[in-house]
Amino acid sequence: MTRNEPLLAFEAVTKSFGAVHALREVSFVLERGEVRALLGENGAGKSTLLKALAGAHAPDSGTLRIEGREQRFTSTQEAFDAGIAVIYQELHLVPELTVAENLLLGQLPAHVGFVDARARDARASELLARLGLVLDPRTRLSSLSLGQRQMIEIGKALARGARILAFDEPTSSLSQRETERLFELIRELAAAGHGILYVTHRMDEVFAVCTSATILRDGELVRTLPRLDHAPRIEVAAEIVRSMVGRELSDVHGWSAREIGAARLELRALQGPGLAEPMNLDVRRGEIVGLFGLVGAGRTELLRLIFGATRAHGGRILVDGADLRARSPRDAIAAGIVLAPEDRKKEGIVPILSVLENVNLSARRRKLDLGIFLRGRWERDNAALHIQQLSIKTPSLATPVRNLSGGNQQKVILARWLSESVKVLLLDEPTRGIDVGARAEIYRIVQELAKSGVAVLMVSSDLPEVLGLSDRVLVMREGRISRELARGEASEEAVLRHALPVHEESFA
Amino acid sequence: MSHKLWQRAGMLLVLALLYAGCALLVPHFSSWTNTEGLLLSVATVGMVSCTMLFCLASGNFDLSVGSVVACSGVVAAVAMQRTDSVILGVLAALASGALVGLANGVVVARFSINPLITTLATMQIVRGFAYIASGGKAVAIAHEGFFQLGSGYFLGLPVPVWTCALFFLVFGVLLARTVFGRDTLAIGGNEEAARLAGIPVVRTKVAIFVLQGLAAAFAGVVLAARMTSGQPTGSQGLELEVISACVLGGVSLTGGVGTMSAVIAGVGIMGIVQNAMNLLNVEPFWQYVARGLILLGAVLFDRLRQRRG
Repeated sequence: MTRNEPLLAFEAVTKSFGAVHALREVSFVLERGEVRALLGENGAGKSTLLKALAGAHAPDSGTLRIEGREQRFTSTQEAFDAGIAVIYQELHLVPELTVAENLLLGQLPAHVGFVDARARDARASELLARLGLVLDPRTRLSSLSLGQRQMIEIGKALARGARILAFDEPTSSLSQRETERLFELIRELAAAGHGILYVTHRMDEVFAVCTSATILRDGELVRTLPRLDHAPRIEVAAEIVRSMVGRELSDVHGWSAREIGAARLELRALQGPGLAEPMNLDVRRGEIVGLFGLVGAGRTELLRLIFGATRAHGGRILVDGADLRARSPRDAIAAGIVLAPEDRKKEGIVPILSVLENVNLSARRRKLDLGIFLRGRWERDNAALHIQQLSIKTPSLATPVRNLSGGNQQKVILARWLSESVKVLLLDEPTRGIDVGARAEIYRIVQELAKSGVAVLMVSSDLPEVLGLSDRVLVMREGRISRELARGEASEEAVLRHALPVHEESFA
Repeated sequence: MSHKLWQRAGMLLVLALLYAGCALLVPHFSSWTNTEGLLLSVATVGMVSCTMLFCLASGNFDLSVGSVVACSGVVAAVAMQRTDSVILGVLAALASGALVGLANGVVVARFSINPLITTLATMQIVRGFAYIASGGKAVAIAHEGFFQLGSGYFLGLPVPVWTCALFFLVFGVLLARTVFGRDTLAIGGNEEAARLAGIPVVRTKVAIFVLQGLAAAFAGVVLAARMTSGQPTGSQGLELEVISACVLGGVSLTGGVGTMSAVIAGVGIMGIVQNAMNLLNVEPFWQYVARGLILLGAVLFDRLRQRRG
């Protein structure tokens, strides 16, 4: 009789934190076999929705039904028992244990307390086959790739009989092939009658794997598309973006020609870890240079070398023609080189400290009274100024920066560097995990900086971003620059061709 | 509104309430003699807690402080015997503390060794040196002038009480108003991000440990002046009292969170509880149990408060 009821139903679910409505009367239904994209800018309510589903947040009002039955989760365990599994970006696995132990975490088959190894491995092999993984169940998890680990996380959910699987930006750290494999598995799961919720920022993924879409904005459900093939893709995509931001976004990059001056950053035969040969490179005043390459091509390593975060083995770095003996990030910053790192949470922000602290982290040491006392007034003014200029959305200066969305955290890091006199801005994946609206703002900020004479070197795996924003594109492959392309001649095809590894036979 | 007040004042409020409660219920508690004794009894822990605050706030630990307090007392006593100079004695003691701090700091910051293990080792090494330098027995001090540091009076209060108050003030300002203090919190909050923001992480951490050694050595000198001797067996377990007081006040063990008012509250609460138990003739053995329970209760309470917030 429950067969006629939808698998999952949200009915007027509301959740607020203080004065902020994170979810406002959100209602939608997820059927068996459906893969529903959950879209919205950061802060639109996607994560709150997932957390309500996972039992981490109890809604203030409204009902959550599974197969028609009302659920009131008081813990994540209860949600799990009801057949809900949320696969977060951070996986909940134990690297030191084996694949089988991870798959059956908490439910190892046992006889009077002793693990039944045969039953365990048999059960694990069965799950591995379902996941399409060819692996010995006794392999240690730590030797698996990230993509494989994510599969194990999904397998763990299946082992517990999950029927509703929710994915939170699952492809952000996967390779192309791993992504393909994940999509296949999601399609198989849907075909087997599971219901899938899929949170993402990437439009191509929506069309690749989802069958329907729900769009949230400011905590409200603004639109549901029951099908995605009712119109040409480009129109559907435009419709989705319109609903997400509530306005037209013609060209997110907004590139315009700038005056480009003399060389600001010059690398001369720079050598160091990650580089296959001595590196020569110039970035000029007012120029934005995009650096594209596959993961492992040495892009991040190059930026870290320039910034002094890792030690160079040889060669010279010049800023405005002056030799820089950068031995540490501290020296680099003093010379005007700054880096917005790839992993914002680990390398960029100090999560528990306030927005004010994070903005002033670097520049405050050059604004002292009597040589030692900090100027509270200057710190407040400086933070307030940049919050306004970069339109950083934060309740107050004292708010811990971890409470901000990814886009606003990135802006806090930019604000930190704008408080210094920047000559060279190094950006490592500046918009990873950041929604469309905030992205456009970051592009605007970067271009304004370039206009003011800053030399920008930007690493990105987002090809449209590299092509849309750069005056010049450098392609890296296996630790060396394989090709330089001017803005006019850089196409997706040309860039990719020079980024892919060269095989022996192609020389023949 | 009241929620905000609680967030700000927090444990200081508890300290005030506890004081008022004891003043009402415990006989002799609010007498001047007892107040003086109470303040004197927290002076050593108070001084060492000031720098332990920096250690914990930067995500580190220092278990060697108890040994440093004892050893610096012995060093001061021996140096005074040999040189017949109070100043050289004090300087030798401070130098010994700074040296231990430097060793801790270099091993932890430069070679990235776990601070718990590092200072567990130096704790034993330094205790050993205290015994070696003293021959295992208390070393008497014969300089009357030196005793002023421990038992002199200034404006009606014992000198160590003033010293401790000065420590609270200086290190409170150092934490809140200087780059060094705020860098300390940033390092505790996220060391790699701090490094990439141009904060001199290694130098700051070494400085924190050196300050810790110096403060402990100074506390040891004051204690020796009170005892009129350097005692190699003294201050065992002081490191745990100090860390307990900091955590009780709300300093995070994982780093990044800490204020001087928290330390003052923690030190005060520990001192009052101890003092009240003495006045109520609670057996010393039970006092250990009570102190442990209070610490456990405080951190559980704090966790609960964070979950609500």
